[in-house]
Amino acid sequence: MTTRPYAAARRRLSLVDKLYEVNWGLVLLIAIIATAGFATLYSVAGGHFSPWASPQILRFMVGVVILVVAALVDVRVWLSLAYPAYLASLILLIAVVVAGHVGLGAQRWITLGPLGLQPSEFMKISLVLALARFLHGKSVEEVSKPLNLLIALAMIGIPAIFVVLQPNLGTTLIIVADGVSLLFLAGLSWWVILPALGAVAVAVPTAWQFVLHDYQKRRVLTFLDPESDALGAGWNITQAKIAIGSGGVAGKGFLQGTQSRLNFLPEKQTDFAITNFGEEFGFVGSVALLILMAVVIGYGIQIAMAARSQFARLLAMGVTLNFFFYIMINAAMVMGLIPVVGIPMPLISYGGSAMLTVMFGFGLLMSVHVHRQVEIPRHSGGIV
Amino acid sequence: MPLFDGKDKSRYTSFTRRSLMLTGGMTGVFTVLAGRLYQLQILNGDQYRTEAEDNRVSQRLIAPPRGRILDRFGVELASNRRNYRVLIVAEQATEGVAAALDDIAKIILLSDAQKKRVLHDIANNKKFVPVPVAENLSWEEFARINMHLPYLSGIQPDVGETRDYPYGTQLSHILGYVAAAGPEDVRNSDDPLLSLPGFRIGKRGIEKTYDRIVRGEAGDSRVEVNAYGRVIRELSRDAGVPGQDVWLTIDRELQSFADQRLGVESAALVVLDAQSGDVLALSSTPGYDPNLFNVGISQDQWKALNTDDHKPLVNKALSGAYPPGSTFKMAMALAAVQNGLSDLHVVCTGGLVIGNHEFHCWKHGGHGGVDLQRGIAQSCDVFFYEVARRLGIDKMAAAARAMGLGAASGIEIPGESSGFIPSAAWKEARFGIPWQMGETLVTGIGQGYVLVTPLQLATLAARIASGRAVTPRITHTVGTTAQPRPLAEKLPFSDDAFAAVRAGMDAVCNGGGTASRWRIAEPGMEMAGKTGTAQVRKISKEEHASGVKKNASLPWNLRDHGLFIAFAPVAAPRYAAACIVEHGSDGHPQVQMVHDVLLFAQKRDPLKLRTAYPSNAALAAPDAERGRG
Repeated sequence: MTTRPYAAARRRLSLVDKLYEVNWGLVLLIAIIATAGFATLYSVAGGHFSPWASPQILRFMVGVVILVVAALVDVRVWLSLAYPAYLASLILLIAVVVAGHVGLGAQRWITLGPLGLQPSEFMKISLVLALARFLHGKSVEEVSKPLNLLIALAMIGIPAIFVVLQPNLGTTLIIVADGVSLLFLAGLSWWVILPALGAVAVAVPTAWQFVLHDYQKRRVLTFLDPESDALGAGWNITQAKIAIGSGGVAGKGFLQGTQSRLNFLPEKQTDFAITNFGEEFGFVGSVALLILMAVVIGYGIQIAMAARSQFARLLAMGVTLNFFFYIMINAAMVMGLIPVVGIPMPLISYGGSAMLTVMFGFGLLMSVHVHRQVEIPRHSGGIV
Repeated sequence: MPLFDGKDKSRYTSFTRRSLMLTGGMTGVFTVLAGRLYQLQILNGDQYRTEAEDNRVSQRLIAPPRGRILDRFGVELASNRRNYRVLIVAEQATEGVAAALDDIAKIILLSDAQKKRVLHDIANNKKFVPVPVAENLSWEEFARINMHLPYLSGIQPDVGETRDYPYGTQLSHILGYVAAAGPEDVRNSDDPLLSLPGFRIGKRGIEKTYDRIVRGEAGDSRVEVNAYGRVIRELSRDAGVPGQDVWLTIDRELQSFADQRLGVESAALVVLDAQSGDVLALSSTPGYDPNLFNVGISQDQWKALNTDDHKPLVNKALSGAYPPGSTFKMAMALAAVQNGLSDLHVVCTGGLVIGNHEFHCWKHGGHGGVDLQRGIAQSCDVFFYEVARRLGIDKMAAAARAMGLGAASGIEIPGESSGFIPSAAWKEARFGIPWQMGETLVTGIGQGYVLVTPLQLATLAARIASGRAVTPRITHTVGTTAQPRPLAEKLPFSDDAFAAVRAGMDAVCNGGGTASRWRIAEPGMEMAGKTGTAQVRKISKEEHASGVKKNASLPWNLRDHGLFIAFAPVAAPRYAAACIVEHGSDGHPQVQMVHDVLLFAQKRDPLKLRTAYPSNAALAAPDAERGRG
């Protein structure tokens, strides 16, 4: 890199320049993590590529293409597409609730052509885009103004309501966390934050009473005392802990995990896939994987800090945080730290929508990186 | 940084500060996650590893093959045969157990009682334990199940082993039977095998006595199971210890002959080796088919067995206690000679008056002058009244006990009755009334309180024949142990006493005595015996006055029992036998039966044939030959 002047400084970049600017190290890192996922899916299928590992590899390759394409698109284009993307996601989300078909007992999918899509997944990225754009136009002082705050909260709240109606508690949590984090990063006044925290403290018992489904309540209760129902609702948590714990220091070895192979783990290829990794690769492997993920997050933070527009900063930080929240909730869930809420481990768990949106998110992050010198006026509408 | 205006600069500062705060938060979260991994995988790793292993490995008991029961020549009396059966695993029955049973019922016959038992077994076992639905299926039924298997969830066809009694009713009272262990058996046993659904244990007979030896020891198979309990593969297997064989002293051919000869009578017949006490045949009729209990007896069949007035479930040969009647006189005769009454001479006028009571002889007109030999040959009651009067109850009881009467022989079959020999002290203690002379006289002819079993009578015959205290034994080798067979001690009666009694019994058959009609005519095979009749009703004074009713005019259950003891050949006795036909004194069928059986026995002569008992050397060798399982 040092042999060549900083190309992005020229502001107008050729396609080749942009390809050169893509942080291929980060892409490699992501590929390594995804490979750990392929190995896990190969293992839980009893040492077979079908039915999970091969589609996952295919999706990842599609995801890499999406990442690169998204990286090459000027960040200002993303700015101008932010609101339309948000609106489109919202419409799909509503369509799911109205006409979606049932999968895993919850209405989450909509069939678009040959693909079964989960609009709630796309909403996470769309919300980050839209909020970043909205907050890009607001100074620190303006963010905390009631009207702006109301609009921002509505942008978060409307999709959150539809996702919680699906019902999908985990994704709702992530959407709210993503949105609130962006508000926080945009400079939301502590005078708003602290009373809001107080309000949440009041709202949680209320939500328990009126919003949560019985099965969600049961999950929470089971989480609090998993032994109470070791063969029923507590089964997932108990078996996941046994799987991870039995891995010990060095793990049982690749393809040697018994918990998932013998079907003691429910959802072994999706939400609980990481437990098989923990079982087969032990503490050493699990911590290594966590470190890899932390490095990706570190890259994300660094990219956000280096960007020269508020939109790019918020966008980069938003997708990074989104990635982080996935990891946090899934890992904490399978290790019995929080209730089971149904969030996949990004890049590891089997699932199309999640893989594609995560890769798209990295594409946006990469776009920010490639276009980190691009300045965007506060009231710009983008370049489309 | 000219590119930033003032507002943007403050936004950048704020963003950077807050990003760092969030970074700090994220670092904290990752630390917590790593800490949790440390806790689960390193601190508690061993515990979870154990739990994972428990999850994975399931122990399955393997029922060992049950040991065989063989006769003295190695003929299999109880063995195992293939058992085509259908099992159900509750966990794998996706449509539910009831639906699976309904599906099977469309293919093979399945009673409501069977369904109920299956549901009960399933409720009492873990969901992955296979429970038998139907057993002993025909090959055709089994094939049909296999054909429909793809549509039957949770159903496993299986080829197991089941007990087989090839001779059915003929040996039922010796062998007993096996049946599923009941809850009581499971509670009282520490053998894990009993908890296997459908596991059979010995319930009667030799099957019960030596159950632990023929049962063997449970093997176990450690299998890897998945979360639904389905077996993925076997990790290790211990076949267990096969059950050991039991060798009986029985001669199957003689046994079958005796059993067929008793026919439809309610009767018992025992043949002993007169010198050693080995039981060669022990038959009680009617018998039952032990295979029925193994397969699962129906309510109706069970009820029929229990309500039959010929009592097919009772082993009359050793559980039935009867008044010995005149057969008891043999013990009295021995005591008489021993106590110096060998020259006793009595004139029988048909009765003996003691006090104000007259004691009748069976022969209304009397026998006239009677000595010991004629007393035995003609079974003169008056002669033995006199013997009894002179001996007294205590000497009589001692002689009877010495001859093996009134005490359990200790034969290796459960349910033996001890019979009963009364004494003056017993009566005093029991009723508070002193012993009466009349009771002594009645006891002298084997009536009154005296009770004996057919097995004891056969022992009596063997002891007379050998002069030794032979004890009946029915097993030769149990597992790896050959049963001890010490030479029996001499009995406390003189050789003269035995000679006199044997001569009397010879006269019974061959000297114009009470059994002379059925003497064995073959030279060298002649038998000596003693008839007996046991009254089962009280004959009133009025009836005596007007003439005792003939048995033929009485209902079956009020007729006298017919008894007979014998040994053969007279010159050098080797076979001893006793027979009782309940309510069958008319025409002495019991004498004819013993005649036929002893003749058959001598012609076949199983005691001269080479036995097939395992030698001690073979028993000591590792079970190369017995590894049939």
